[in-house]
Amino acid sequence: MNRPWLLWIPLAVVAFIGGLAMYGLAVPKDEQVHSAMIGQKLPAFSLPAATAGVEGLASGDMADGKPRLLNIFASWCLPCKAEAPYLEALKKAGIEIDAIAIRDRPEDVAAFLNEFGNPFRRIGSDSEMAVQLKLGSSGVPETYVIGGDGTILYQHIGDIRAEHVPMLIEKVNAAK
Amino acid sequence: MMAEAGLAALWLAAAMALLQLVGGMTLLRGGAGQLVPLIKPAAYVQGALCAFAFLALMWLFYVTDLSVLLVASNSHIDKPLIFKLAGTWGNHEGSMLLWVSVLSVSGAAIALLEKRIEPKTLNATLAVQAFIALGFFAFLLFASNPFERLVPAPVEGNGLNPLLQDVGLAFHPPTLYFGYVGLSIAFSFAVGALLTNQVGPAFARAMRPWVLAAWIFLTIGITAGSYWAYYELGWGGWWFWDPVENASLLPWLAATALLHSVSVLATRNALRAWTIMLALVAFAMSMAGTFLVRSGILTSVHAFAVDPERGAFILALMLLYTSLAFVIFALRIGSVKQGEPFQLISREGGIVANNIFLSVILAVVLIGTLYPLAAEAMGDKISVGPPYFNKATVPIAVLLMLALLIGPMLRWRRDDLKRLKYWLIGGAAILLCSGIAVWKFAPDVGLFPLLGIALSLALAVAAWLPLRGRKLLRTPLPIFGMVIAHFGIAVSVFGMAAESGFSSETLTALAPGESAEIVGWQVKLDDVNPVVGDNWVAIEGELQAVKNGNSFMLRPQSRQFFKPEMQTSEAALLTRWNGQFYAVIAQPDQEGDGRWQVRLWWKPFVPFIWYGGLLIAVGGIIALLGRMFRRAKKPAKNKWQTT
Repeated sequence: MNRPWLLWIPLAVVAFIGGLAMYGLAVPKDEQVHSAMIGQKLPAFSLPAATAGVEGLASGDMADGKPRLLNIFASWCLPCKAEAPYLEALKKAGIEIDAIAIRDRPEDVAAFLNEFGNPFRRIGSDSEMAVQLKLGSSGVPETYVIGGDGTILYQHIGDIRAEHVPMLIEKVNAAK
Repeated sequence: MMAEAGLAALWLAAAMALLQLVGGMTLLRGGAGQLVPLIKPAAYVQGALCAFAFLALMWLFYVTDLSVLLVASNSHIDKPLIFKLAGTWGNHEGSMLLWVSVLSVSGAAIALLEKRIEPKTLNATLAVQAFIALGFFAFLLFASNPFERLVPAPVEGNGLNPLLQDVGLAFHPPTLYFGYVGLSIAFSFAVGALLTNQVGPAFARAMRPWVLAAWIFLTIGITAGSYWAYYELGWGGWWFWDPVENASLLPWLAATALLHSVSVLATRNALRAWTIMLALVAFAMSMAGTFLVRSGILTSVHAFAVDPERGAFILALMLLYTSLAFVIFALRIGSVKQGEPFQLISREGGIVANNIFLSVILAVVLIGTLYPLAAEAMGDKISVGPPYFNKATVPIAVLLMLALLIGPMLRWRRDDLKRLKYWLIGGAAILLCSGIAVWKFAPDVGLFPLLGIALSLALAVAAWLPLRGRKLLRTPLPIFGMVIAHFGIAVSVFGMAAESGFSSETLTALAPGESAEIVGWQVKLDDVNPVVGDNWVAIEGELQAVKNGNSFMLRPQSRQFFKPEMQTSEAALLTRWNGQFYAVIAQPDQEGDGRWQVRLWWKPFVPFIWYGGLLIAVGGIIALLGRMFRRAKKPAKNKWQTT
């Protein structure tokens, strides 16, 4: 054998794969797929009002210099009902929340707001999920932190629970 | 009582393995080695103790002794007997006990039967095996004790994962395990021969039946697993490049390459270092497979109970064995003499081509399987799917098939393609004609299905050619085995190509009474009924499929299991000689207008994929039987002395 170092290549491959596997075991698994839009500007959209009495939502409405939350929800979604009190708590803490209702009907949204209260400033109706997909959101509920210049800063997947409230407040305040 | 006896047997067996290992070490140090004569008896005792431990666990499942934790959490007093017994290995602890038991019993069999290799190499082999077994004994005794008691004992037990209450699946994992264990024996032989510097034909002949047996089990396991995924997952696919599927494919690819190169070593005394390398890689791949499945570090449709601590244990064992083996390889392979030379156009050359192509496919699949992990380490999150695997593996598989059209006809050492000119012309004619025919018949079928059909038709002829000019009754069985296995590849590839090129699919929403049409079949949804099973409820569609005046009933179900909660699709299949009709029904449409989502496929020649897989395994079994008969006829006593 002219090149004895070649014989050690298999060992190096084993070491590399072993290292990868150890990393894979050591780092807790994050099963959620996060949006590729984080760090980017909101895509341009303009949605009609989801129900009477609350204004619709356009991307320009969220680039007014004030950071806030964008909640993706639907009246037919059970976890959305579960997170309603925590949205209310966020509103009480002085956080502004806009929302997009997915595949919903005006009367259902009205009934939902009636039953669980309305923490939202504006609610756009996304009946074909077009804006939702543009945002890189794959389900309901999801909540985004949007910077004052309309940049998507953070994505929370799933319902907001009590333990998430302080974290979201901090993220919005940090964006000020 | 039985549980304690089983546990004691395991500890004693571990002690025997330690004795074998220490004996083997004194042997290699060249010392007086009073322990060396004990190696073989220790192997017998270790095998017997492990067999006893496994039977003890089986007994506990048979009587449903609920004071044993494993039985209580995996069995139930009302379960059918066959599933009670299958429960022995249908869980993590039991399956690891099965693993180590098969390993130990095989070790005892080697100690008892193997007379062809030098005693020193045999002892070294047994010591290596004991070393592997020790790791798994430690794993069982410290991290997965199957005999742990539960106080107080529950009254009726927990049940078994509903997906596992399927006769096919009860036998699927152990099949793969037998394959993995067989490869561990090939590994022990390879390291043993390296340590004692006995890499040669005698060693290859001793190792070959184990490689062959392992390969047969893996082939059956993969074929069965593919069919299971096809009808149970309800996605109409037969291979998903899922990490767990890849975990069984990787050792199979390595074992297939090894099977061919070990033949070269046994007959021609060539490819020495390469064969050793493949034996190490094959075992490394089966360890990696076990690790991927058991640790759950890659996301997969196969939801196993996952435990990172156990994953870490298996990873440590895998790294220990493979890196030690590769260190020994690097240090010792220089002393292995170059084998016999051969020319490029020869049987050896053909097998080298086979090995190169298989190794490239192996590397491609390994990289694709591990890439998400590497990407995640760099902060990126991706998954690698069929587009990569298909694009990267299929062209190499085409080259592999081309080599297979010629390789088995070549003579050992040197040959001339002129001798094969009639077949070369004939084969090219088949390729060309069938290619053009397919292209005329379906111009937009795509390159690979077209190539697949042409190559499989040519191979269906080529596979039988090695029998030409032989007296059939005097032809050794292994030649028949090879011919049948290669024909099986033609059958399987034909099925894959036909399915991927010519499947038709339609997704509709039907209300009872409405119909849909798919490639000449009229399908009417007659009714939808609720059905109740032991631990599930389902909706069952009654579909009437009519073609050419023949009418068939299909009853696909969408099942909802409780405990644990899970939804599965039971596809309804209708097999015709030229393909399969595949129907799936889903839960009702969201609109709530009384329609049901029905998905229909016509898959031409799809069963050929699994018929081919079984033929490949049958070829392997025939070859194995041939080797065993031949050996029984002329017991090769002390043959090692003459080499």
